Amino acid sequence: MTTETLFSIPASAGQKMVRIEFEGETFQVPEGISVAAALLSNGRGAFRTSIVGGAPRAPYCMMGICFECLVEIDGIPARQGCMTPVRNGMIIRRQPGAPSLKALASGGRNEH
Amino acid sequence: MSSNQVTIVGGGLVGAAIAYGAARRGLSVRVLDQGDTAFRASRGNFGLVWLSSKGGGMPEYARWTREAVGLWGGLHQELLDLTGVDSGLVQQGGFWLGFSDEEVQKRADLLAKIDREAGGIPFRMMEPAEIQQYLPDIGPKVAGGSWGAHDGMANPLFLLRALHSGLKKCGADIITGVDITAIEHDAAAGRFTARSRDGQSWISDRIVIAAGLGVSDLAGQIGIHAPVVTTRGQVLITERLKPFMDYPTNKARQTTEGTVQIGSTTEDVGLDDGTTVDKIEWLARRAVDTFPHLAHARLVRAWGALRPLTPDGYPIYQESETCPGGFAVVCHSGVTLAAIHANILGPWMGGLTDAPAGVARFRGSRFLGKNTRYASDH
Repeated sequence: MTTETLFSIPASAGQKMVRIEFEGETFQVPEGISVAAALLSNGRGAFRTSIVGGAPRAPYCMMGICFECLVEIDGIPARQGCMTPVRNGMIIRRQPGAPSLKALASGGRNEH
Repeated sequence: MSSNQVTIVGGGLVGAAIAYGAARRGLSVRVLDQGDTAFRASRGNFGLVWLSSKGGGMPEYARWTREAVGLWGGLHQELLDLTGVDSGLVQQGGFWLGFSDEEVQKRADLLAKIDREAGGIPFRMMEPAEIQQYLPDIGPKVAGGSWGAHDGMANPLFLLRALHSGLKKCGADIITGVDITAIEHDAAAGRFTARSRDGQSWISDRIVIAAGLGVSDLAGQIGIHAPVVTTRGQVLITERLKPFMDYPTNKARQTTEGTVQIGSTTEDVGLDDGTTVDKIEWLARRAVDTFPHLAHARLVRAWGALRPLTPDGYPIYQESETCPGGFAVVCHSGVTLAAIHANILGPWMGGLTDAPAGVARFRGSRFLGKNTRYASDH
């Protein structure tokens, strides 16, 4: 899978950076941007797999409507990456298919 | 113009099913549809294909629904083969769940009455422990339930799309964005003219008014009494979840895509299709009382939709006595009855068959008596 990024975030002077982790890799990203923007600008496109067909999926609308950008954030499954600002120390993982209701009820971890 | 040009006013689930049934038997069919500015009751349909408890006050309706659910599998397969659109039919049985012994007993009495009066509508009452063998995630507030082997579900929006796609494959004309305001009958020529607000007109030998909330006024113009009331249904939908609910219930159902649809309310609020916090809360609480783990699922949408209904809750299917070839249809259960609308009403209203046996019971004139009393059965 290519990790060459199609997106970039213009550098601005004095921009504070935060550290996030995605599938074990660490990235320094500008504070205040969304998880989806942070991952896309680092060339990470496959956020989740389709619930119905299992195909890899990437963010589409970037405004909270399409639910294509779901990721697991700090152990909570199926969060909308485009609606969640990055935070220092955040641990993000891909969302494999749909979360199970039982898993949500018992603390919310996906079975990786 | 062919000798059997049929115009259907209304391209929602009811009109499209009747139109499809006529078109696939070779009739020349035209559908005049208001388009997406219409209230579109199909958006508010909960998606159940449901026989249990229908027709408690009218055995003819229970039998009509029984025949309809029996025909559904055939319509589903036919539409899938013809159009490639899957209407999402799953017909493996369904549950009604109750929260008190009293409610469960009332249910048992009602189902026994319907089976006795209409015949051939078996059911089984179950204790919570037995229900858990089918729905393991029900909570302690469920006091019991009933099981109907003939019950199931479909996707109302895919069904509507499949019918429209099928209509096009059969060569029907679907004209959208027209608001029909007048219908004229030329008795000498035996023809109907439908006129739209923007001055267009269409002539046909037969006309079927299936315009949902708009039926009353148009039906009156061809001498059919068809009173329509409206109810609002609010529905909630959760994020997609791994399958955990193998059977639909009266309070929630899991769609094939994984979302849980929670519904629905029945409110008398006029032409307001909005949502309200108190009803959303009531629906959510009821769903969590049924399946406690749902408290951890996120809701992604809530919406309201208006559905047409007659004063007693049963449909109106009627041919005009003064303008033969003109029909009116009012129906609340556009999903459950889709197959019988296509297979039986389509050919009848299209002029290919005689009136179906027992259909006279569904005449709108039953509401005409000055002292008529009825209780809504929905």
